[in-house]
Amino acid sequence: MTALRDFLLQGAQMLLVLLLAPLLTGFVRKVKARLLRRRGPPLLQPYRDLVRLMRKDVVLAHNASWLFRVIPYLMFAGTWVAASLVPTFGSGLLFSWTADLIAIIALLGSARFFQALAGMDVGTAFGGIGSSREVMIATLAEPAILMTVFSVAMIAGSTQLSYVAEFMGSDAVGLRVSLGMAFVALIIVALAENARIPVDNPATHLELTMVHEAMVLEYSGRHLALVDLSSQLKLLLYVSLIACVFLPWGAAPAEVGPERLAFGALLYLGKLTVFGFLLALFETSIAKMRVFRIPDFLGAALMLALLATLLRFVSGGM
Amino acid sequence: MIAVALWSVAVLLALAPAGIALSTRPRGSFVLYAACLIVTMTLCVTGALHLLDPAHPPSTATLPVGLPWLGAHFRLDALSAFFLVVVNLGGAAASLFALGYGSHEESPGRVLPFYPAYLAGMNTVVLANDAFSFLVAWEFMSLTSWALVVSHHRDSENVRAGYVYLLMASFGTLALLLAFGVLANGAGYDFDAIRAAHPSAAAAGVVVILVLLGAGSKVGLVPLHAWLPLAHPAAPSHVSGLMSGVMTKVAVYGFVRIVFDLLPEPVWWWSMVVLLVGGPTATLGVLYALMQRDIKRVLAYSTIENIGIVFTGLGLALAFKAEGLDWVAALAFTAAMLHVFNHALFKSLLFFGAGAVLGSTGERDMEKLGGLIHRMPKTAFAVLVGCVAISALPPFNGFVSEWLTFQAILLSPQLPSWGLKLIIPAVGGLLALAAAFAAACFVRLYGVSFLGRPRSDVAASAHETDRFSLAAMFALAALCLLAGIVPGLLIDALAPVSHAMVGNVMPHQTGLEWLTIVPIAESRSSYNGLLVFLFVALSGTAAASAIHRLASDRVRRAPAWDCGFPDPNPAIQYSASGFSQPIRRVFGSVIFAAREIGEMPPPSSPRPARLTVVVRDLIWEALYAPIATVIGWATERINVLQFLTIRRYLTLVFSALIVLLVVVAL
Repeated sequence: MTALRDFLLQGAQMLLVLLLAPLLTGFVRKVKARLLRRRGPPLLQPYRDLVRLMRKDVVLAHNASWLFRVIPYLMFAGTWVAASLVPTFGSGLLFSWTADLIAIIALLGSARFFQALAGMDVGTAFGGIGSSREVMIATLAEPAILMTVFSVAMIAGSTQLSYVAEFMGSDAVGLRVSLGMAFVALIIVALAENARIPVDNPATHLELTMVHEAMVLEYSGRHLALVDLSSQLKLLLYVSLIACVFLPWGAAPAEVGPERLAFGALLYLGKLTVFGFLLALFETSIAKMRVFRIPDFLGAALMLALLATLLRFVSGGM
Repeated sequence: MIAVALWSVAVLLALAPAGIALSTRPRGSFVLYAACLIVTMTLCVTGALHLLDPAHPPSTATLPVGLPWLGAHFRLDALSAFFLVVVNLGGAAASLFALGYGSHEESPGRVLPFYPAYLAGMNTVVLANDAFSFLVAWEFMSLTSWALVVSHHRDSENVRAGYVYLLMASFGTLALLLAFGVLANGAGYDFDAIRAAHPSAAAAGVVVILVLLGAGSKVGLVPLHAWLPLAHPAAPSHVSGLMSGVMTKVAVYGFVRIVFDLLPEPVWWWSMVVLLVGGPTATLGVLYALMQRDIKRVLAYSTIENIGIVFTGLGLALAFKAEGLDWVAALAFTAAMLHVFNHALFKSLLFFGAGAVLGSTGERDMEKLGGLIHRMPKTAFAVLVGCVAISALPPFNGFVSEWLTFQAILLSPQLPSWGLKLIIPAVGGLLALAAAFAAACFVRLYGVSFLGRPRSDVAASAHETDRFSLAAMFALAALCLLAGIVPGLLIDALAPVSHAMVGNVMPHQTGLEWLTIVPIAESRSSYNGLLVFLFVALSGTAAASAIHRLASDRVRRAPAWDCGFPDPNPAIQYSASGFSQPIRRVFGSVIFAAREIGEMPPPSSPRPARLTVVVRDLIWEALYAPIATVIGWATERINVLQFLTIRRYLTLVFSALIVLLVVVAL
């Protein structure tokens, strides 16, 4: 009976992230539009876009290889699995021990690896520019997020997200300088990883400095739908991750009753709303950087995360 | 057990002269490589049986060769058995690959005799149990590999590579010779006697530095790496795979054997030296790799990176052992050994892939390749697995060993030493950087040479390689996946090695449900490669079948979109140098003093604009070039002695005699 319940909860988590991801993107777009005094597309527009794209034919370049057709599924699967392993409404779910925080980051790294390969497959100039810049951003963002993970893991004594969330929700944490630095670093990395302003612009096509859109330029139809869905899942994953590590209140352990879980889910929705709003506010109030300013921006995140880790080491860790 | 191993080595040695005879026969290379394949498989199984046997008593043998009062001692213990598996797994894969690849060889007489001798040398190093046999085998391994490096001697670059390699190998052997000299002081050359002796702390410290120089020059630790990216690519590809995937591991064995086994309990500053060398080696190695255009050279530089990861793990193990935290030392040591095993798998695979490309196109320059995934689909698939594995991405094997290393780093705030507290987070940052660079490096390697459109005629007319080469590559690719999804089996197999070297083992893994690995406790960290693989595979196929059934499965082929400006010229694609330009600009401006010189013609001139990229190797300029200059200067001065008259020579001899007599008299 408990096994079935655990299984269902894990399944619910997988479905929840899949269903909420487009909504979060739609919400951010709507708020951005309202902040610019536009009316904006309806909240459910991302779902409609996905359905429409899936029904269309795929138009494939003549020399696209089999890898190009497989990559959208690989990206989607990797991101979806990673997103379902981050605690949202409840922690300690059935398969939460499958991958710890480092493995979740690495899964996203796999998705990025394949996405960058997809940019190179057709052999166009735009694809190459996107992949080349994406890996440059990744060489700074990945160490930064790993160092953030290190400092958080050393405070919590675990890299297992459920345990981290539990520890962060307890009173043992207190206010720590290293946590503050890790928080800022994680936000910067999240902006870069999700191709948001000021690193990349998710709303445009055909801009010289574009990164993510350039890589997926040759995709169409259901492939494009999966690529879009993966980036929506990734945004949701990062928001859940920040919420889970830095605002863990409300994420209930899996054994508690349904009313606590429902409360956790409600609180999670609240957190998504707040983060979505803040993201939209931030994006509308800042300009995009030119591409060779990005290393400074991400370098700051790397330095902050490294300092946070160093501080943990010096102050005795554990 | 040891008898089987020694007889196998003897067979390999006997195959060397047979290679001379076989090199003139039409099917000679096939026969020789088949024989090597059988012998290396035997050795591999011998090692594996010894490692898996729970009783595993070390088996020893003494042969009446070598120094007359010493004899040659051989011993098969857990550490030797593990490295025997690594060496011969790589050796068997290389022999299988060469069954097909070796038939393209233009001058088989220069490869066939040395190949089995080289394998025999590596195996003897791992089995030797006295300093004399160890050094002789080590030098034998160096010289036979040198002969293989210069086998294509008509290319002047290969000759230079061989020259630099010979110099560095001699330097390394000299350092090891001195190390054993210090160790043998009062104890003798037998490893058992050295183990029983207790050298002073100062002597032990000197030995650590000497071994780091000796073994480090063989594995290419920065700044002793300069020869490696020249020599490894120069050899025939299956030998390149052996040199990068296997011989570097033999050098790691030398380091572990002397520092962890022969020397007494470590002191904390040893680990500091090893970490200070290992971390930068990892980052710099792969950063160099990102600047190269030659596929095999990229792979050679990436070997330097992986060796840096291994030495970081060993440095952590030393630190924890010195502070008495045996159980963490076991974690760090197992991580390092696992990476040794993993790297042997995927680096051999990637070099074989490069060899298949080289055999099919005759090109090693990435900027002349492209689109090979269409013409060499099977090779492309195997190489893709290798690229994902070496980039430390789950669910493949490279990720597991890096993950374990990170877990060991996360436990290091427990170390009391302040120096280590400051260095280890920096080393952790360097490893994280190296992992990100590695992913960038292999996106570049695969994307430029296998994807896109062909950049030259040879790439456009490439063809799939032979079935033996494919079998070797697919076997290694399967092992990469297997080691990634059931790493618990390997960790348990490494337990006797870790017990012998650091005195403790990691918790038993295979009994855990779903084959999860839990390095310390479940509340700290756990990873399950099998489930990650299953989840990704299941959700990917589920998504595909759902979309194909419910939405659409139609495909139309059309010209590439490229924002409306598709250009049929393949030169429009990103080149390898162009791909790494952002990284070169961000990181290379300091480390390589990289500059871009753009030269624009005046407005009315039809001349094309030129862009020159200058990337300098500052380590070569600061370290190697001055030494070479000094030696060159000194030899110029001494050179006059070569052209003296007979009278002067007689005077010289006479005065030398007088000086010697005076010295003796005093």
